[in-house]
Amino acid sequence: MTALATQALPSRAHNFAYLDEQTKRMIRRALLKAVAVPGHQVPFASREMPLPYGWGTGGIQVTASILGADDVLKVIDQGADDTTNAVNIRRLFAKTADVATTTRTEEATVIQTRHRIPETPLREGQILVFQVPIPEPLRWLEPRETETLKLHALADYGLMQVDLYEDIAQYGRIAQSYDYPIEVHGRYVSSPSPIPKFDNPKLDRNPALLLFGAGREKRIYAIPPYTRVKSLDFDDHPFTVEKWDRPCDLCGATDSYLDEVVTDDKGGRLFCCSDTDYCEKRRAASAEKGMP
Amino acid sequence: MYVAVKGGEKAIANSERLVAETRRGDPAVPELSLAQIQQQLTLAVDRVMNEGALYDRTLAALAIKQARGDLIEAIFLLRAYRTTLPRLGDALPVETARMLLQRRISATFKDVPGGQVLGPTFDYTHRLLDFELAETASAKPAAESAPAEPEAAVPRVADLLGREGLIEAAPTHVAQAPVPDLTQMPLAFPAERALRLQNLARGDEGFLLAMGYSTQRGYGHTHPFVGEIRMGTVGVEYVPPELGFPIEIAEITVTECDMVNQFRGTDTAPPQFTRGYGLAFGAAERKAMAMALVDRALRARELGEARTAPAQDEEFVLSHSDNVEASGFVQHLKLPHYVDFQSELVLVRAMRREWDSERKPNLTEAAE
Repeated sequence: MTALATQALPSRAHNFAYLDEQTKRMIRRALLKAVAVPGHQVPFASREMPLPYGWGTGGIQVTASILGADDVLKVIDQGADDTTNAVNIRRLFAKTADVATTTRTEEATVIQTRHRIPETPLREGQILVFQVPIPEPLRWLEPRETETLKLHALADYGLMQVDLYEDIAQYGRIAQSYDYPIEVHGRYVSSPSPIPKFDNPKLDRNPALLLFGAGREKRIYAIPPYTRVKSLDFDDHPFTVEKWDRPCDLCGATDSYLDEVVTDDKGGRLFCCSDTDYCEKRRAASAEKGMP
Repeated sequence: MYVAVKGGEKAIANSERLVAETRRGDPAVPELSLAQIQQQLTLAVDRVMNEGALYDRTLAALAIKQARGDLIEAIFLLRAYRTTLPRLGDALPVETARMLLQRRISATFKDVPGGQVLGPTFDYTHRLLDFELAETASAKPAAESAPAEPEAAVPRVADLLGREGLIEAAPTHVAQAPVPDLTQMPLAFPAERALRLQNLARGDEGFLLAMGYSTQRGYGHTHPFVGEIRMGTVGVEYVPPELGFPIEIAEITVTECDMVNQFRGTDTAPPQFTRGYGLAFGAAERKAMAMALVDRALRARELGEARTAPAQDEEFVLSHSDNVEASGFVQHLKLPHYVDFQSELVLVRAMRREWDSERKPNLTEAAE
């Protein structure tokens, strides 16, 4: 008791990056296992975080466990750095870890994201941390964990193939627009998190390390750099992504995912890049060249 | 216009100031003190300690004040705090047979050794709004205190039945056997009873109430009787490694419910009564009873009963009982989802065009 009583009070209210070192160690172990078995969901003892479940507690715990003092952190939600949730998570780490933050994709060493993969290609050494609400891709087909565990163990993905086939039979296409199921390294069917399927091709052989954290569901999984990732499809119905018949109204990009902003109540719409950093960079570049 | 859909640091800071302002209300009204909450909103404090899974009346009161009385928000605050606390060791199991009783009733016997003690219960009050309470009340005559502290431990009613072999034996605590800890490892299925009880202990009272209620209405009927409910203080003992013998480190108030359930017997188990168990911090009778009903329903598998009702389905019950998880995931729908929605828009528009074009020729054919 004496030892406890005389223990020096911590210099700040929380440990570096909020989580205590024991918890970080537990999460890092889960991460190592996840990297070793690409696409496999590893259970971990998820903690309550000072942000609610559903706000990205899985991603936050992963980020907190891998963040070092000299990391540069970028946080995006819907592709944007300035959405409230992104601002809030960045604020949490700026406060508890005192790390440098950035909005520029190429400057960041760790990027936490919800619902998007940046348009700027990632490079080796970067880590992209996804916030995942439902890590189990088979959950909508089989609600029981005891059953889905077996299906994964046996690589029995017939249910998923049938589900996709039923879409084709009923609608003439696979009617899954986001959280589109992927096969990782030819083995595990996984959830890419609710990114639009537009982003799925970026998962394939990406030079960056992709980590997925699901706090409420207590699962972690990973796609190591340069891992093969295939979006499930059929030979006669190949995987396709969303297309727009117009460029970004702000920067003119024709290769980026566009948000549709309602501008008035008469059908007015503005289409602009969902990746705010990409859009701003393109606009700055064209301003330098003296283009409109 | 474009900026309108984006939020920023300033907006969040302003919102936080508004929260503080709204919490305080009219500054002319005296501010609530934690002592007032602890003394006068005791049952709210108890509920927050239960589902917040931390026995600390002061912190629970603080959480209630900070959450403006939203108990689920207060529970969340307490949980987020408790998760950062270091663990020093495991206490010995509390011995509720040695409880200093404030209340103790049995519905299965007219009288039981140790007596029936009503204690502070709403059970026989008339639920009439007491307008005298609206005024700051003058001191009321003190209640006659409960019979003097019992000399000896008051035996549990279930143990009395046990002597006749009419009820299954209580699971014996195997000394040194590790008890799984829900907060240190994720819930895995099938979950053993110790793990299930931990989940129910921190589970949402409203959810457990509804689940327990459903068993009484035919969805997994368990023929329950309240063997005993007791509420009072128990000592918490801990064996410091350097001492090697137990010392009492705290006294806590708990409510325990032993539900006695009919069981017709199977090939391997004789006909006898079975148990459902509920234990909660503080005075939390509704919670303890609901927990006992659900605990018994969830034992269907081990007792060889058909599992047909939601309350008997451990994946369903245990995965959805936590209100911090549930509240978070339900409310996260408020966060922007416009990227996924855009993706859906693209899909629905394409499907709609196809639907329209498929049907227009048919219409003209029909007209011809």
